[in-house]
Amino acid sequence: MESTDTQAHDGAGKGPATNVVDAVVAIIVMFMGGVVIYGSRKLGSGWTSDGPGSGYFPFYIGLILSISGLGILYQALAGKVKNTEVFVDREQLGRVMSVLIPAIFYVGAIQFIGIYVASAIYIALFMVILGKYSWIKSITAALVVNVLFFLMFEVWFKVPLFKGNYDLLSGLGY
Amino acid sequence: MEEINALFHGFSVILTPMNMVLMLVGIVLGVLIGVLPGLGGANGVAILLPLTFTMSPTSAIIMLSCIYWGALFGGAITSILFNIPGEPWSVATTFDGYPMAQQGRAGEALTAAFTSSFVGAFVAVVMITFLAPMVAKFALEFGPPEFFAVYLLTFCSFVGMGKGSPFKILASMTIGFALAAVGMDTVTGQLRLTFGWTELMRGFDFLIAVIGLFGIGEILLSMEEGLAFSGKSAQIDPKVVLETWKKLPAYWVTSVRSSLIGIWMGITPGGATPASFMSYGLAKKISKNGAKFGTGQLEGVIAPETAAHAAGTSALLPMLALGIPGSPTAAVLLGGLLIWGLQPGPLLFVEQKDFVWGLIASMYLGNLVGLIVVLTTVPLFASILRIPFSIIAPVIIVICAIGAYTVHNAMLDIWFMLLFGAMGYLFKKLDYPLAPLVLALVLGDKAEDSFRQSMLVSQGEMSIMFSNKLVGGITALALIMLFWPLISRLLALLRPPKPDEFAAERPVD
Repeated sequence: MESTDTQAHDGAGKGPATNVVDAVVAIIVMFMGGVVIYGSRKLGSGWTSDGPGSGYFPFYIGLILSISGLGILYQALAGKVKNTEVFVDREQLGRVMSVLIPAIFYVGAIQFIGIYVASAIYIALFMVILGKYSWIKSITAALVVNVLFFLMFEVWFKVPLFKGNYDLLSGLGY
Repeated sequence: MEEINALFHGFSVILTPMNMVLMLVGIVLGVLIGVLPGLGGANGVAILLPLTFTMSPTSAIIMLSCIYWGALFGGAITSILFNIPGEPWSVATTFDGYPMAQQGRAGEALTAAFTSSFVGAFVAVVMITFLAPMVAKFALEFGPPEFFAVYLLTFCSFVGMGKGSPFKILASMTIGFALAAVGMDTVTGQLRLTFGWTELMRGFDFLIAVIGLFGIGEILLSMEEGLAFSGKSAQIDPKVVLETWKKLPAYWVTSVRSSLIGIWMGITPGGATPASFMSYGLAKKISKNGAKFGTGQLEGVIAPETAAHAAGTSALLPMLALGIPGSPTAAVLLGGLLIWGLQPGPLLFVEQKDFVWGLIASMYLGNLVGLIVVLTTVPLFASILRIPFSIIAPVIIVICAIGAYTVHNAMLDIWFMLLFGAMGYLFKKLDYPLAPLVLALVLGDKAEDSFRQSMLVSQGEMSIMFSNKLVGGITALALIMLFWPLISRLLALLRPPKPDEFAAERPVD
């Protein structure tokens, strides 16, 4: 990938080290393993009257998960080769968040106003705010894309998509 | 010659105008998917899967497998013109492909890449035609312990063949198994690991995971690097194609060797990436131009592309014959079979002859059509990458959301997709492999069933895994694979190995 990282930017080189993030994720992995073990113990991970119980297999899965979490934690903190490079600097994090946070709002909007309307608004706003396009271009692109999707899913393939709790397109009859 | 007859029957099944159109649509969509960032073979097929629910299984699999071929071809376009490997196994293609494009020989590099992809796939399909029915016949006699041993081998090979921390491979795999366990227990009907959340009864669908991990995760990664695609333009005129084709026969040894490496590695899971690197490395070592590799050698494009395609195609063999996919994309196709009501596994060759041989016949035709399509339309697809990322990114996120919703018509799945996306980004950055997670999520229930059935037969004795030569052999092989990271370390103490020169470039997949 051609990156623009060669350009100097503020915040470069500052941020958590990769092995610290690695260790945190390892702890989450161990926690997940613990949850799986707890859940399968409750289900019955032993031998029941008619064979292995529901939790028999997941129990071992949880066990391996916890052990590998422990292994990753050890490798991250006490391993021979520690990766102390910056995991993500502030500018990179900003760029990732500038996609992730709007995406969360977008999915939230789908819940209320349905896929088509939410998508049109999302594409238009994304282009205006992050792409610095003019309003006219952005709104046209958003409308074209969504009309195309509408025709493809509702009309041609007859796969109805989510219309949301407040269906703004109910007038169209689909 | 039973297979030849069956194959011709397969051709007669697929040679209808409708299927031809679907094939063409599939290839074009596939190349598009392969070219666009954030849409690879696996999640492209996953997103389009719901559109095929109303088709007949044969037409559906033709379209979906053609999407797969198209995506494999498309990966080469971005690696050569933009130095962006669309898929992990295209990384080795960039070593010589991009320098060739910089020297203005993009047309030559692309022709060589497409043609060798075709050759690799063709050799692999011939192998599938004759080997798959044999493997299926052999597997008909498998009982639960044998099947569990094969599952074990599949997953242990990830540890043995993978790159990076074996703990991370294991963690990724067991996360997949744990997610697969959520929901209704297939044997007792109990709700498992839902912790009282009834929406979780359905469990986690692997299609959602694929769309999130590979789609959204990839977009986040591309965004982090800040995007400025700077590509070489390419035009392939017929003269360049013919001239390149004249040069290719000189490299037939490389092609044959790479095809064989690809087939061998492709049958084992996650094999396409190591196959392409191994093939490139061997070509560099053996070729008399070896020292010039990396500066734009035709052979350096042929070797990895042939191997990657041979491996990508061979990955369908265990999927068809045993019901065990060798790659995430094969896993998605397998999920499709289940949705269309077909039971993957050895019985498929007995009960669904039309389907199986139609698929195999479509592999022959699809690759040929694919070769023609990509050779004629490269400039069009290359121009797609010039559309600014700020238009493509939101559209791809919208496509992913639609794809996630259509799987079960469930709003909650879109939220899960987002969650998997964030997870994919984090895991990719920390070098966790994603393929084992997806495969474990797909195969979780079936692996568990065969394990529980084996345990029922033996009343909880693990020794059943060594009860006869066949199951014992497979289990032993699986254990060797599982402990390979330790074994190789011991071997290294006895005899220091040569350093792997491409270790840094090879991605974890």
